[in-house]
Amino acid sequence: MEASTSTKNISSPKLRKNDYTDLSHQQLIAMYKKMLLIRRFEERCSQEYGKGKISGFCHLYIGQEAVAVGTISALNNKDFIYASYRDHGQALARGMDPKLIMAELFGKHSGITKGVGGSMHLIDSEINFMGGYGIVGAHIPLAAGAAFSAKYLGTDNIAICYFGDAAINQGIFFETLNMAQLWKLPVIFIIENNKYGMGTSIERSFAGNELYRTGKYLDMNRGSFDGMNIIEAYKTMKDAVNIARTNSMPTLLEAITYRFKGHSMSDPATYRAKEEVELAKVNDPIIIFGNQLIEDKIISESEIENFESEIKNKVIECVEFAEKSDQPPLDYLYQNVYKN
Amino acid sequence: MIQNLQIREALNQAMCEEMERDPNIFIMGEEVAEYNGAYKVTQGMLEKFGSKRVIDTPISEAGFTGIGIGAAMTGLRPIVEIMTWNFAILAFDQIFNNAAKLRYMSAGQFNCPIVVRAPNGPAHMLGSQHSQALESMLAHVPGLKVVTCSTPYDAKGLLKSAIRDDNPVMFLESELMYSIKGEVPSEEYLIPLGVGDIKREGRDITIVAWTKMLPVALKAAEQLSHEGIDCEVIDPRTLRPLDEELIINSVIKTNHLVIVEDSWPFASVGSEIAKRVSSQAFDYLDSPIININGADVPMPYAENLEYEAIPNVEKVIEAVHQSLNR
Ligand SMILES: Cc1ncc(C[n+]2csc(CCOP(=O)(O)OP(=O)(O)O)c2C)c(N)n1
Ligand SMILES: [Mg+2]
Repeated sequence: MEASTSTKNISSPKLRKNDYTDLSHQQLIAMYKKMLLIRRFEERCSQEYGKGKISGFCHLYIGQEAVAVGTISALNNKDFIYASYRDHGQALARGMDPKLIMAELFGKHSGITKGVGGSMHLIDSEINFMGGYGIVGAHIPLAAGAAFSAKYLGTDNIAICYFGDAAINQGIFFETLNMAQLWKLPVIFIIENNKYGMGTSIERSFAGNELYRTGKYLDMNRGSFDGMNIIEAYKTMKDAVNIARTNSMPTLLEAITYRFKGHSMSDPATYRAKEEVELAKVNDPIIIFGNQLIEDKIISESEIENFESEIKNKVIECVEFAEKSDQPPLDYLYQNVYKN
Repeated sequence: MIQNLQIREALNQAMCEEMERDPNIFIMGEEVAEYNGAYKVTQGMLEKFGSKRVIDTPISEAGFTGIGIGAAMTGLRPIVEIMTWNFAILAFDQIFNNAAKLRYMSAGQFNCPIVVRAPNGPAHMLGSQHSQALESMLAHVPGLKVVTCSTPYDAKGLLKSAIRDDNPVMFLESELMYSIKGEVPSEEYLIPLGVGDIKREGRDITIVAWTKMLPVALKAAEQLSHEGIDCEVIDPRTLRPLDEELIINSVIKTNHLVIVEDSWPFASVGSEIAKRVSSQAFDYLDSPIININGADVPMPYAENLEYEAIPNVEKVIEAVHQSLNR
């Protein structure tokens, strides 16, 4: 990580192979299983979308799992998380109940937001999962606001905001970064650079390169990491969390990643060469991590098979739960516009 | 000759014809060039006109709309496509504070011949932040013209006029209507802004509706005809300036009025129409004007709730029965 001049000596060493820092085997396995759950859950979402059980805009996180799981593993469970519409990964990584997510995607009343939110707006205040948001860039200041609250109230919670590479082209990105740095807010901004905003590659929409360097002008702590490597995601995040929690300063991180699927279920993604996608898939974060864990004898291949079938059953349960749940009652339409 | 076109093709033709006519017209927006448009309205335009005139923008709605306004002040005639009006909210400062006021503030020294086009209103199960009908907000602002389209014929003729207009024109389309087909002459034609259209003649009651609510009103009228109720259906097409004469003359004939819109009811275009009719044709009304609106809530995702929130044929029929006391 590139340090700001005011907080020197904070930089994460490049990952040495087999360097799991403070992570126990149990934690490593939990992280692996979380990534696998996200993958299998979303593959099922894709099928259910095809069957018409899920509608509207549905943005899959497939390929980016290491970013959410790696970074969220470095948080405590009071920290505030804000995500974009591509929010299934962060929600599952934080521990939102997958059944309630599936029911939400099905538009059922048993869903996490009673069926009114849908895929793009997963929200669970009990675990401080502050939501998925649909307007590109518009949730960036909300995370800074949560960090403002934490500081104001004197808690040691911090706030995290996930958004895409293309979102940095919204003016609100710069406005928020400036205030976060000016007011020393404990917030971590994570740009998930999957190289595309819908059909537009980052080269065609952003005049600079190395997106995290947008923080340089403000002298903000900043850095980038290999978003296909969960351990690197974890370690870089750990440093940023430390800065936020102990120094109350913001950090801008860029995760270099790739989405394996189209922008949303309705995007055939013909703007990317097949070879480009295949090449990216060589770095499948789940396979890389699984192989590493096997190599280091932390798990065995047969254990991975067991996880697969455990997760498969879990996802089937989610779909069954969603299927048999009811739609919201009609009078729910008018609930919650105002308090009282 | 008559062509059978989708609304998206009619809009595309309108832009292409105008761009061929006037080299100072260009289009910019997210995904308009290489992706051929998020909803394929700009299909083939990059190939036809090149990247100088068909420009992909970053996701910076306030910025590129403002750049469009600056270009419009200085001799160009931009068409700004925004992916939907929900996202154009980011550009409302540019539209309200700059585009709408430049001519007035400069005492007529500047014009702002820009068209901002985007789909408006709820599509299908897109949730609260992607399903808003915002025409009333735009129509509130003096200095803006607000145009809607509900047939391929209207779409083409109106967009051509919008592009030629020297004022900022907000052009409202609908995702769910882009594929609707209809007859469009191959010969050039224009539809003047500010002129509504009687989509179905009738004598018993007037129904006013635009964009997605027009097919709903027409379907209701068709069903009502089987029970001997003869509805006149009017599409104002331009919401500002409003063709109030057309609506008032219709009410003078039918003595009953139902207005259908999928936007929220508070201070809506529909309530403005009701106000004008009740103040100018009060004596001709045999029953209170009925406004049908989208539910006064943010749009929910769940299919059944969304259905409940949007006006439909049954609701229009019920309103007509109520108005006619039948
Ligand atoms: C203000 C705004 N403009 C446009 C859109 C439509 N839109 C949704 S996602 C998206 C691309 C965003 O790309 P990026 O920020 O890189 O995130 P990614 O989808 O790649 O995760 C666009 C243009 C929107 N939702 N909000
Ligand atoms: Mg992206």
